[in-house]
Amino acid sequence: MGGTDAKDILGLPKTPLSLSLTQEKKSRPQKESHRKPDGISREVYALTGGVAPLMPSIDVTQLKRRPPADEKVAWQWLPFTSSARKDALQLYHWVRVVNNVPPTGDYSFAKYNKSVVILKYTDEEYENHLTDPVWTKEETDQLFEFCQNFDLRFVVIADRFPVSRTVEELKDRYYSVNRALLRARAQSPADVANHPLMKEPYDITRDRERKRALSMVLSQSRHQEKKDAEILAEAKRITEMRLAARRAEEPVVSANENAGLDKADGVVPGSSVSPSSNSQLPATAVAPSTLTMADYASTLASLRMLHVYLRTYGLEQMVQAASSAVGLRTIKRVEQTLQDLGVNLKPKVPTKTVCDEHLELRKEILTLLNLQKQLQYKESEGSSHREGSFAAMPDTPKDRVFASDPFSFGAERPIKKEQKRKGPGRQADTPSPAHKRPRKMKASDL
Amino acid sequence: MTSSSSSKKQAQDQPETSEPTLKSLKTKMTKSDEKQKKLKDIEISVPIVYGNVAFWLGKKASEYQSHKWAVYVRGATNEDISVVVKKVVFQLHSSFNNPTRVIEEPPFEVSESGWGEFEIAMTLHFHSDVCDKPLSLYHHLKLYPEDESGPLTMKKPVVVESYDEIVFPDPSESFLARVQNHLALTFPRLPSGYNLPAPMQVDDTGKKKRGDTKDHSLGQWFTSFSEADELLQLAAARQQVQAHIAKLRRQISVLEGQNQTIKTGSDL
Repeated sequence: MGGTDAKDILGLPKTPLSLSLTQEKKSRPQKESHRKPDGISREVYALTGGVAPLMPSIDVTQLKRRPPADEKVAWQWLPFTSSARKDALQLYHWVRVVNNVPPTGDYSFAKYNKSVVILKYTDEEYENHLTDPVWTKEETDQLFEFCQNFDLRFVVIADRFPVSRTVEELKDRYYSVNRALLRARAQSPADVANHPLMKEPYDITRDRERKRALSMVLSQSRHQEKKDAEILAEAKRITEMRLAARRAEEPVVSANENAGLDKADGVVPGSSVSPSSNSQLPATAVAPSTLTMADYASTLASLRMLHVYLRTYGLEQMVQAASSAVGLRTIKRVEQTLQDLGVNLKPKVPTKTVCDEHLELRKEILTLLNLQKQLQYKESEGSSHREGSFAAMPDTPKDRVFASDPFSFGAERPIKKEQKRKGPGRQADTPSPAHKRPRKMKASDL
Repeated sequence: MTSSSSSKKQAQDQPETSEPTLKSLKTKMTKSDEKQKKLKDIEISVPIVYGNVAFWLGKKASEYQSHKWAVYVRGATNEDISVVVKKVVFQLHSSFNNPTRVIEEPPFEVSESGWGEFEIAMTLHFHSDVCDKPLSLYHHLKLYPEDESGPLTMKKPVVVESYDEIVFPDPSESFLARVQNHLALTFPRLPSGYNLPAPMQVDDTGKKKRGDTKDHSLGQWFTSFSEADELLQLAAARQQVQAHIAKLRRQISVLEGQNQTIKTGSDL
């Protein structure tokens, strides 16, 4: 209701009936204006959008309820004591008295007076178990007294401690004393073994380390954060490639997979000399194809189990199987490429041939993207050899291989892609500036 | 890639009983299949179109009955799908009387009048020899044209149809026997030497109504879906991508040659 009022004021057209918001039941528009819950005024109810909240926070019937007429209620200024206090202090407060009977029971807030149980040790126990080179008895006693007073709030205790000690040191002393006491007082070691202090003892070095690391992270500048994120992403990528390469070593089954492998094998031997991290990359060109073959087979099997399915659903499953081995970014790039090529992301007429072709096209695009990535790595590898230092991996450029304009649907003339391609295309012909220096030196040496 | 192209050739070889736009299927013939007479990798697909046609009532429109619409499931070539489909259950919006409409005879459609657009679930139940499990389709009822600012006209309806195919990946023998030569679906090519039992003759030519939608009253508004355009698009795209792949591969091998020489070249 509030929505339409606002639109009226602003002079906007009311929403057309086709919007899903007003898909409600036909009789709803009539119902809403007639009924509203009693107990709150119409305007107030309209503030909530004219619809009751899912979980009524206030029981509306309680709002206007008056106390039953037979009760006589008076308020009196009466004394009270609290069991939470050790002294017998008597304070006064207003009390709701019903029918001349004052309420009984303890002060209602006394139950919140909880405190920590601090163990107390005798001097004898101290002599036998608790002596420590760094801590004197007086200090330990004082520590325990503070723990009792301040409810184990170590920050406060550290502040008040006469001898300056760090929070970690105080904690360490307190917990080790407790542990020693528990062990000493226990009947048998087994009794004590389940106590949380025994199971997870306080480790002062770990605590120090943790706090140091935390403060480092918190005080990082934004720049540092970005760098860290990049490094982590890189590390993740490398581990994933290693994992994929390891999986690719598993025996491969059907003829299809071998066909895929043969094509990629031509790339693998050439790179056998290159350093280990880069040799993983040709393997990754192979790995996705082997993984996805298995995925397709299992998807087909699961589709068969259904006994009946829609072809669009089947295509979706196969596309998912194809995309299971790649990241979200790659999936988005595949979709972008499809759009650039003028192909519907979901075929409008999904017959079997159309779906098969669509799937094949997607697979080919994946291969294409993989090859692009390989090319980039090869380039960076090449340039790193020349410069003698490990060049940072170039970011995957957002160059779109198939820009939409020059490619008309079903064009027959061969399209010159040379001028459209940035970066890698130049390699073969024009040496980039980085190469020039070594060449010059060669010439001069001769 | 190679296997799928070979299967396509098979499909093109066989004479199609139904309309030429619909080919489809895979029939892998292995020795074990023939021995067991198990029908592996034979699928039957039924091309369907589902959607709605909605007319604006114009002068006769009231606030709650502004459009007259019909939602339906039909064969894509307007053939009779009741050979496969036993009944269709349309689940309409709960504000309608009897929102669950069960249609047990073709044409499988529901006509109503109303004002709102909502999602309709159509559950297709198949004959017992076809499949036990029902299949659900979802369609968003569209009454208002995309172009909101244009005037509503009583003459041209708003039509939204979607094409899809019901795939039965492992049809039973009795199913195959019953539907061979039916035009509503694409029948697979069977392994050589495989004989289907003759279908039981059902004499109902006079009694049963025709279940196809070729002469449907709304037939003039039906969309006809052709896979030709899409295939053309896809073929062109694939060609481009393949050419590009070849180019990249050449570039990579060139680079590798370069890298090799650099590594084995003199250290400066």
